[in-house]
Amino acid sequence: MAFLKLENVSVGYHKNEFVVKDLTLNVGRGEFVSLLGPSGCGKTTTLRAIAGFLRVQKGRIIINGKVYNNIPPNRRNIGFVFQNYALFPHLNVFENVAFGLKIRRFPKDVIKKKVSEVLEFVGLKGFEERLPSQLSGGQQQRVAIARAIVVKPDLLLMDEPLSNLDAKLRIEMRAELRRMQKELGITTVYVTHDQAEALSLSDRVAVMNRGRIEQFDTPENLFLNPKTLFVARFVGFQDFVEGEVVDVGVNLITVRVGDTTLRARSMNRSSLGMKVILVARPKNFEILESRGANSLKGEIVSRIFQGDNILYVVKVPNVGYLKVEIPVENAKWQEREAVFLKVDPENCLAFPKEE
Amino acid sequence: MSGKIFVYIMLAIAILFLIGPFIIIFAASFSESEVLSFPPKGFTLHWFKKVITMPMFIRSFETSLWLAVLASLLALLLGIPVAYVLARFDFPGKRFVEILTTLPVIIPQMVAGLALLRIFIIMGIFSIRTTLLIGHTAIVLPFAVRIISSSILNLPHSIEEAAISLGASRFRVFVNVVLPNITVGIISAFILTFITSFNNVPISLFLTGPGISTLPIVMMTYMEYYYDPSIAALATLLILITLGVVLVMQKLLGVSKMI
Repeated sequence: MAFLKLENVSVGYHKNEFVVKDLTLNVGRGEFVSLLGPSGCGKTTTLRAIAGFLRVQKGRIIINGKVYNNIPPNRRNIGFVFQNYALFPHLNVFENVAFGLKIRRFPKDVIKKKVSEVLEFVGLKGFEERLPSQLSGGQQQRVAIARAIVVKPDLLLMDEPLSNLDAKLRIEMRAELRRMQKELGITTVYVTHDQAEALSLSDRVAVMNRGRIEQFDTPENLFLNPKTLFVARFVGFQDFVEGEVVDVGVNLITVRVGDTTLRARSMNRSSLGMKVILVARPKNFEILESRGANSLKGEIVSRIFQGDNILYVVKVPNVGYLKVEIPVENAKWQEREAVFLKVDPENCLAFPKEE
Repeated sequence: MSGKIFVYIMLAIAILFLIGPFIIIFAASFSESEVLSFPPKGFTLHWFKKVITMPMFIRSFETSLWLAVLASLLALLLGIPVAYVLARFDFPGKRFVEILTTLPVIIPQMVAGLALLRIFIIMGIFSIRTTLLIGHTAIVLPFAVRIISSSILNLPHSIEEAAISLGASRFRVFVNVVLPNITVGIISAFILTFITSFNNVPISLFLTGPGISTLPIVMMTYMEYYYDPSIAALATLLILITLGVVLVMQKLLGVSKMI
């Protein structure tokens, strides 16, 4: 049974203008679920509704079998970690973390014990006396997490907690967050616009677009089998070409593109004559000297060294500019060479073209 | 190069206009001459001694002082909740309340004074002291609301939400999280309202009555009859006191920001 259930939840800032529409989501006990999407897709709104900062206009929020719609946010026992950390500027690290415990009227010695335990857990032992302004961004984020988890909330909500950190620290903190969440076994809903972050942290990811969930799936499934064009683009597929379905096979379909045909994996039911968009990842392309199966003619426009691989920008007539990543060892092609771009049918996904 | 010279000339003129009058007053207050004059003749502390011993100045100074302190405290008491609501909540009529809090700044104080005179003195509802206090509070309240609401707006709302998510009630959030973080704003509001009330003439002019008067009013009356340097000495004292208060507060605020 799901621990956190959102049933047809609609939330908005004005009457009958919903930012989140009819959203349904089930999160299991101890699960780490991310809401992933571009800014304005309603992911933060959803999170704030769960926390109780926003009123649910339609639908129900159920935690552990109990309807939470009308419970005020300070009685929900839900931990919230903010993007800007939101530490109390006038309190030191100890007092920040102890805040929730004091409200719960724990005796002084218990508070002291719990705070020092949680500070050790997040790796901030010895920082008790510091003020937030004397901490680095990463340390402030650890305090914010410690403050949220020390009260043993039923649910932990995090709103882009890593987006104010620099790139290196962000990747370190990912591993830390995952470790903390698994050790505590706390049910977590995490909001981010960074697909790598969502995929690496979560048990399941809900990709959101315009207030709706496009796909709710495991990271592997999202990465390999996106169900919609939006999700495919969001997890790193680039638009390849548009064409018309001319043959439908068991697993693969054949698509006419100009005077040639390409085979691709169809992610939806497709029928003859349907207009489709083919997408593929830059690293799944191969560059050929002469025409091969499943390939299109193009010309190399630029060659950019990226370390492990070379990024080629290839101009394909009537299609546009495509990005292709080739491992450094095989990247013998130079700018202005005429080449053929090949992609395996397995790695080329077809989606119906939205009119 | 010529542009730079132009800037310096403009700066010099501005400074001259800003502090020139004060320098003249300052110099004149030490003059031995019986009439206010510049440049001063000789040097004496006679006028300072005179003003700090004159009962009418002492009494009105005390009146101004308690009036300014009480009006400022009252303005804070009323202004902090109003500022908080204006900064944090959206409600129908919010714009109206905002305009209401700026009205006393826009309306000529003479008009406000006259209105208060009609209501309180002529109808005789309250004593002169109470009336003065109400009038001054009304005049300084907008300053308090403005300064405090801007200092609340500077405090990210998420900090309050963090406290709420940890179980704190709205009241507790206000007392334990908001108030400690806007002390700088509250103190600056107090300084500004204090100075505004202490220096106020138009409102006091209408509301003071027999036996009770504020220092600026007494100074004005005095000047109508006498033209000796004692007023200059008093003005110098007031400027020094105000300057001292501001400097001390700045020091305190600077320190409290660091802590």
